[in-house]
Amino acid sequence: MSKTSQTQRADVQTHEETAHEETAHEETSREDAAEGAVQNDGDLREAGSQLSTAPVETAVPGSFGGPRAPGFAGWLAWTARETVGWARWFWRQLTSMRVALILLFLLSLAAIPGSLIPQTGSDELKVQDFKDAHTTLGPIYDKLGLFHVYSSVWFSAIYILLFISLIGCIVPRTWQFVGQLRGRPPGAPRRLTRLPAYTTWRTEAEPEQVRAAALALLKKRRFRAHTAGDAVAAEKGYLREAGNLVFHIALIVMLIAFATGQLFKSEGGKLILEGDGFSNTLTQYDDFKSGSLFSTDDLAPFSFQLDRFVGTYERTGPNKGTPRTFRAEVTYSEGVDGREKKTSIEVNKPLEIDGSKVYLIGHGYAPVVTVRDGRGKVVFQQAVPLLPIDANITSTGAIKVLDGYTDKNGKKEQLGFNAFFVPTFAGAGKGEMFSQFPALDFPVLALSAYHGSLGVDSGIPQNVYQLDTSKMKEFKDSNGELLKKRLLPGETMTLPNGAGSITFEKDVKEWASFQISQQPGDGWALAGAIAAIAGLAASLFIQRRRVWVRATTGDDGVTVVEMAGLGRSESAKVPEELGDLAAVLYDHAPGAPDDAEAEPDGVSDSDAAAAEGAEN
Amino acid sequence: MTLAAATNEHLASISNVLIYSAMAVYTLAFFAYIAEWIFGSRSKVSRTAAALTHKGAAAARQAPAVTVQSKGGTAVLERPKVVTRSASGTRDVPDGPGAHGGDEQGDLYGRIAVSLTVLAFLVEAGGVLTRALSVQRAPWGNMYEFNITFSTVAVGVYLTLLALKKNARWMGLPLVTTVLLDLGLAVTVLYTASDQLVPALHSYWLWIHVSTAILCGAVFYVGAVGTLLYLFRDSYENKLANGGQPGRFATSVLERLPAAATLDKFSYRVNAAVFPLWTFTIIAGAIWAGDAWGRYWGWDPKETWSFITWVAYACYLHARATAGWKGRKAAYLALIAFGCWLFNYYGVNIFVTGKHSYAGV
Ligand code: HEM
Repeated sequence: MSKTSQTQRADVQTHEETAHEETAHEETSREDAAEGAVQNDGDLREAGSQLSTAPVETAVPGSFGGPRAPGFAGWLAWTARETVGWARWFWRQLTSMRVALILLFLLSLAAIPGSLIPQTGSDELKVQDFKDAHTTLGPIYDKLGLFHVYSSVWFSAIYILLFISLIGCIVPRTWQFVGQLRGRPPGAPRRLTRLPAYTTWRTEAEPEQVRAAALALLKKRRFRAHTAGDAVAAEKGYLREAGNLVFHIALIVMLIAFATGQLFKSEGGKLILEGDGFSNTLTQYDDFKSGSLFSTDDLAPFSFQLDRFVGTYERTGPNKGTPRTFRAEVTYSEGVDGREKKTSIEVNKPLEIDGSKVYLIGHGYAPVVTVRDGRGKVVFQQAVPLLPIDANITSTGAIKVLDGYTDKNGKKEQLGFNAFFVPTFAGAGKGEMFSQFPALDFPVLALSAYHGSLGVDSGIPQNVYQLDTSKMKEFKDSNGELLKKRLLPGETMTLPNGAGSITFEKDVKEWASFQISQQPGDGWALAGAIAAIAGLAASLFIQRRRVWVRATTGDDGVTVVEMAGLGRSESAKVPEELGDLAAVLYDHAPGAPDDAEAEPDGVSDSDAAAAEGAEN
Repeated sequence: MTLAAATNEHLASISNVLIYSAMAVYTLAFFAYIAEWIFGSRSKVSRTAAALTHKGAAAARQAPAVTVQSKGGTAVLERPKVVTRSASGTRDVPDGPGAHGGDEQGDLYGRIAVSLTVLAFLVEAGGVLTRALSVQRAPWGNMYEFNITFSTVAVGVYLTLLALKKNARWMGLPLVTTVLLDLGLAVTVLYTASDQLVPALHSYWLWIHVSTAILCGAVFYVGAVGTLLYLFRDSYENKLANGGQPGRFATSVLERLPAAATLDKFSYRVNAAVFPLWTFTIIAGAIWAGDAWGRYWGWDPKETWSFITWVAYACYLHARATAGWKGRKAAYLALIAFGCWLFNYYGVNIFVTGKHSYAGV
């Protein structure tokens, strides 16, 4: 194969994958020439050919159209040849190792800005801060897609090109490899002395005997071996190539798995109070996003209830306040009405139900408050979840009494309270109202009161944790200021003029927020990852190598055995293994007494054969 | 409870004492390595120049004399001797003799240095172990702990190479120097009192992911030292081959190092061997992130830089298989890749905030 392709070298158009090996040598020999060692032994080159399936830069631009016949038909034919030629050239460029290398390098460069500039995908708030702080850079970054690098056009372009290159690289390499598996290792080069590892001895055994013993030995050592002429040719380590192909294919599998995952995934958040439940339908989510091919029918039917949330915190030492355990104890049931089971969800331990995963992502407090109207009738009694704003769970939120309340004149009205909660209060007069510790040691609820319209009927979606006071009036205290009060559990704030009261009950519930996500393709991605590692290990740790054993009758009638080894890359293992094999073979064909100093021919040549892509 | 806390504090202080002792022993080893280099400079070795300039000498050395062992008159091979030769295109230069330069006293100091390194390694490993016991978890919760574990593992890799009879003693001085820097940084800037972990780090994946990450880093580091020395030695050989005359200091130092080809091979092997493990580390990290944060990959700065490091090393491996990119160009890629690893470790932990914020500084 390599011999024929050698003659085709001049003709760009006929360069098929088979030409690879030759060009590889062309490349190396050019380098060699620079170092003064010209390698021109075609026979040796043959010995090292096809030791790997590495593609080689075969693309050469030029005029592909050739001579142009007159007339339109001529032009058409010429243009077609030219187009095909260029297309092929471009394809070869794209699938060459050099371009793969450049694309890989670009990919790593392109990933950098995303790690230094805030990204909308992970932190919108920071992006906004950045935009506010950099009014000139912000819009430029925005145009360049620098706030969402990993979904930007240029980042995608690089990895898509890389994967096209990868596919374009793998397909021919796979065929080439299959061809190598079908074929036989090349016969022994004339001068074995010039190979990287060499040994020889004289024996009284007959050449045929030696060859038969060598063939048996090599086969026993699981070489693919055959006798060609006066020598046995053998090769081993094909798993290296197989591993390499598996690795590259696994990369594609992983990419496809991720892509499908993105398209079909769904992800939603839900805040649940202790004692409350959730069933997996779209309406129950607080927020929800999904891939473009997701349909709501894909939501797995299950439900669960938060029985209890347990949070403990470091009490002493420099890391005081650091969370130690977060545990949500839940009861869940699979399917529409499956059996109920109890379990707990922790930060590192999501609950997996029917292909969906339920993650614990946050928690906070929900003080129970009671609102009474002027006649003492309870119009609102609920645990109100508040959102933490710092690590010690200082929390804020709003209490909204939507209906049921009438003022002292019997007119329907709505009430609103801004709530500020600390689980551990510093003590009156000790600084700001910020929590000192995340646990419920000294809970205090601070409220300010409004009445009027909460504006919830206006149709504009409202944030449940914020009070829109634009259509509300403040309740005033005796000084004419906004009515505010700090309440301990059990305490009540009375609204002025018999408007009623609000009580902070002696009960503070905890809530936990969950993320429920469903992403098909995980299994494939994992399988791809495992295959990638296994393939990589095979590709990097297995050495592909050839061994030749030649047995001939010397001038004096004594048999001369020559053995040589060649690895895909120059490795210490090749000579070691050759020595090993030689030692075994030597037992079958023991040395003959020697009168003259054996000096194999050609040893003073200083160049040796190298496999293409030879390294290390 | 308080008793347990007291024991833990006790263990933690033992750990600190051990780390400081290890630093003292490393310092002694450092001086012993220096002594090895100084005594080694007395010898006048210039084999490289000879190999590169006197073609005759080189050829004579190279001619693969098929060694025939004689047994009283009739020569019979006891076992066929394998002759090796390097591939064409690689410069055929003998390895340097090592830091001691063939000087006996230098060699003695070198041996003392290695012994001291072994001692320091054991003491430091004890420090890491007591630290782990004091916190009753894997000792990888903050950067102080990373640093002490990292340098222990790096020295462990070096000693393992020596134990496997690999030609690696040349690495002693650069390695111990950086280990001292690393520990100095750990006990001053990065020190964090022993403590437990935040919930997100409570997972057996901590053991898997972080231990392999540290091991990979240590091995990458050893590879990077080899690559850097390769670049120096390679320019030295180039200069000699082109008839140049390197400076006296350069000659004295570089002449004693292994040949450029050997260093190159060394760092390639080291990097290639650990690349699959690095791949595994990233995948293990992704699985852990999937459990801890509800997504496998979120382009968090730490994740991004692990990915960049991975791609950079893949680049390096590809470069070595691509004609025209072998040698120095590939070596630069290897250094860039290690730079990425280093940035991921120090840079991202300290300067960039992300979900992996456990630097403790
Ligand atoms: C997606 C990005 C890619 C990654 C992460 C990657 C990674 C790797 C790794 C780690 C090796 C092992 C190197 C060795 O054997 O020393 C390798 C080898 C190889 N890769 Fe890739 N590769 C990628 C894309 C490509 C592409 C696009 C091509 C095709 C042009 C390609 C062609 C090859 C070939 C031919 C080898 C074998 C080299 C040899 O025989 O020494 N790779 N690749």
